[in-house]
Amino acid sequence: MPTTLKDLEITYDKPNWCPGCGDFGVWVSLKNAIVQLNLNPWEVVLVSGIGCSSKLPYWVRTYGFNGLHGRPMPPAEAIRLANNGLTVIVIGGDGDQYGEGMNHLIHAARRNINLTLLVHNNQIYGLTTGQFSPTTDIGEKNKVSPVPTVEMPVNPIAIALSAGATFIGRGFSGDNKQETDLLVKAIQHKGFSIVDTMQPCVTFNHKNTFAWFYERVYKVEEKGHDPKDKAKAFVLAQEWPLRRMLTEGEKEHIPTGIIYTEDRPTWEDGIPQIAKMPLVKQSIENINIDPLLDELM
Amino acid sequence: MVDIQWVIGGEAGYGIMTVGAMVAKIFTRLGLSVFDYVEYPSLIRGGHNAYYVRASDEEIFCQKQPIDILVALNRQTIDKHKHELSPTAAVLYDPNVTKVEAAEFPDSILLVPVPLLEITKQVNADRLMINTVSVGASLALFYKDYQVLQDVLQGIFGKKGAEVITININASKAGFDYVAKNFAGLPAGRQGKFSSVVEKKPQENLLVGGAEALALGAIRAGVKFAAIYPMTPINGIMYTLTAHALAYNIVVKEPEDEIAGINMAIGAGFAGVRSLAATSGGGFSLMVEGLGLASQAEVPLVIIEGMRPGPATGMPTWTGQGDLRFVMHAAQDDFPRIIVAPGDFLEAFTYTMQAFNLAEKYQMLIIVLTDKYLNEGHATVKSSEFKVKSSEFKLERGKMLTDEEAAKETDYKRYLWTDDGISPRSIPGQQGGIALSGSDEHDEHGLYNEEADVRIKMMDKRFKKLALAAMELPPPILYGEKDAPITIIGFGSTKITVLEAMKWLKKEGISVNFLQVAFLSPFPVDAVSQAIKSAKKTLVIEGNMSGQFEGLIREQTGLSIEHNFRKYDGRPFYPEEIVSKVRSLMSS
Repeated sequence: MPTTLKDLEITYDKPNWCPGCGDFGVWVSLKNAIVQLNLNPWEVVLVSGIGCSSKLPYWVRTYGFNGLHGRPMPPAEAIRLANNGLTVIVIGGDGDQYGEGMNHLIHAARRNINLTLLVHNNQIYGLTTGQFSPTTDIGEKNKVSPVPTVEMPVNPIAIALSAGATFIGRGFSGDNKQETDLLVKAIQHKGFSIVDTMQPCVTFNHKNTFAWFYERVYKVEEKGHDPKDKAKAFVLAQEWPLRRMLTEGEKEHIPTGIIYTEDRPTWEDGIPQIAKMPLVKQSIENINIDPLLDELM
Repeated sequence: MVDIQWVIGGEAGYGIMTVGAMVAKIFTRLGLSVFDYVEYPSLIRGGHNAYYVRASDEEIFCQKQPIDILVALNRQTIDKHKHELSPTAAVLYDPNVTKVEAAEFPDSILLVPVPLLEITKQVNADRLMINTVSVGASLALFYKDYQVLQDVLQGIFGKKGAEVITININASKAGFDYVAKNFAGLPAGRQGKFSSVVEKKPQENLLVGGAEALALGAIRAGVKFAAIYPMTPINGIMYTLTAHALAYNIVVKEPEDEIAGINMAIGAGFAGVRSLAATSGGGFSLMVEGLGLASQAEVPLVIIEGMRPGPATGMPTWTGQGDLRFVMHAAQDDFPRIIVAPGDFLEAFTYTMQAFNLAEKYQMLIIVLTDKYLNEGHATVKSSEFKVKSSEFKLERGKMLTDEEAAKETDYKRYLWTDDGISPRSIPGQQGGIALSGSDEHDEHGLYNEEADVRIKMMDKRFKKLALAAMELPPPILYGEKDAPITIIGFGSTKITVLEAMKWLKKEGISVNFLQVAFLSPFPVDAVSQAIKSAKKTLVIEGNMSGQFEGLIREQTGLSIEHNFRKYDGRPFYPEEIVSKVRSLMSS
């Protein structure tokens, strides 16, 4: 039986994001992608950290693991190594993935483990009520900074490119069709995929709103971008976020869509122990270590 | 009776570890009881390394203080270890490299000048092979037949090809012949021959390292995944697991840091495989938040913590027992954990196997607490006994749903409230078992929940499992005569030294017994209280400054211990020290 949206519903709870939150769009797109790919819900594991977006796995009827702040990547990698028959999707916010957990993102990318990282990037810390995040725009001022910040925002696309991610996309939660399509391709991609999704926080981020994004996003495929072109991907990555204050009358251009793809052996490809059968299916009854003991004579 | 302590000293980078292991193997093949350990600073070249190998035709448990054969690859070795020589020791050195005056030593010391470097040239070996020459040379002091070393070399270098074996044989044989020719048949004493001669006995023992035994326990128990970031003294666990990773289908990964390490191990455990993290105090500090996650999500997890002196980097390559309170209390709020401290090499194996069963059975965090002394030491264990322990192991996976059972579930609750606190566990991939596990307090479905009554019930559920586990854990063991005038209490690797000291004391007619507390959490309150109450004099021995174990005993039993012996200098306890402590208590 093909998987339907109904299969992914949970009956005993519903999302508690703020009304109008950008997380809703990402949530819908992810479920759509799972349905489009016809994945069995019990063979999907959503692994998240801590933050508003990291609650998402609670509201999709698949297996879920809600770990520590910044740390969903390591358990997700190990889940794949323990059972490479599963589809593993990591969900985190900009604080989770580009702050506390950046280290793990970089290493997962260079290993090219076959999973998908979906980042809800709202450029602010929502759950802790509006502090700066690693992707907050330069020049912003708020309750944690009495003067405009000079800290340059993290550039997730450029970092993913240099770290060795083999599928890099940027989506926007105001465009479900594009987001769904990106997630479908990211999940299908064999290797480490990241989808950096701009997801306005309607409560605490009064700058990077839906309206603000609508005026600035464009689709790279409409400009004829070849996602295999790594040099061009680096150029696109530099378009946004800006590393400086805007000049008078200047407006950002935010590239969205598939920025980069590459085929490269995955981490799992290099592990003969799981080539024939996932670890979790291998019997551990009556393991004989006597030959190892004989070696010690 | 033969009881030889052979020590080689020299700069790091001179292959001290390799030849130390070789000599331990020689003694093992000669059928003796063997213990070895190495002292070294945290650097790759230079500094002073010393490898201690003790062998006896009686059963021994640890090192002793006097050195019987000192192989000095440099002058520093003589300066550092001169005062440790037994009255009839032999000192082997290269007279062209190390200046030694006969007058430096008592007449009873045998000086064995061997031109190690010159011998390497004669056999066209690299100059670094003075270590191999010295092994052959020192073998001739205590055993008549070179063949045993040739067999050991073939075992060690077998995979490196004929050329490597040949050069090692040539070098060591030349050293052997030199000593056999020049130092045999002379009268004892300064110009004479070495006083102890080994007779070969049938070999019943294997030689195993502590880290190796821990890893073998994990392999036997079915570990499938290990994430280990390098750190002394747990690297040996990684090496052993990796050496057998392909044969036993185990995935061993080096994570980017210990935070990733523990979170990976948790992920693998959640996914349904037996999984292991290992580290020392510094790495454990980084893992702390993960401990609570494993507990909150009720993911089975085994962590091996090999202690070394801190705080911070401390003394990275030395030993101690200063992390007991840390592993016991680390991470926010209360959650159950089982802590077991193996006391010897066979226990390192058996308790690690048991840890994996306990972890799955109780869906709980199990910490195997060891130290550098045990992890990086080696000892002989009767092979048949080791194999019996291995064959006695029964796999217990607890309430793990089969695919068929999971498929029948209509409203599966991962954290179902049960009488014993243990909920049937599904794993991802099982239809019908869909659930979310995580770090939030939760209801039976795993959904975040902050209601007071749910919170209390979930906390109680988790601790119920610990109470249940306590009922199956083996009680502390009392070694020695029940009514001995002194009762020593200890945990972890002090066991081997105490047993050695007890053996010596017995020869003096002093009876001492020893209560080994292996399971430290849940604490065996009744058994320890009983032992203290029936003891005449009590003495706690532990390797930390503040008396962490002694304080734990007092906290748990309300009873005070009269005497203590603590060390926090990074060195292991010596049986001599324990003997003298006991003697002073006997006379007081």
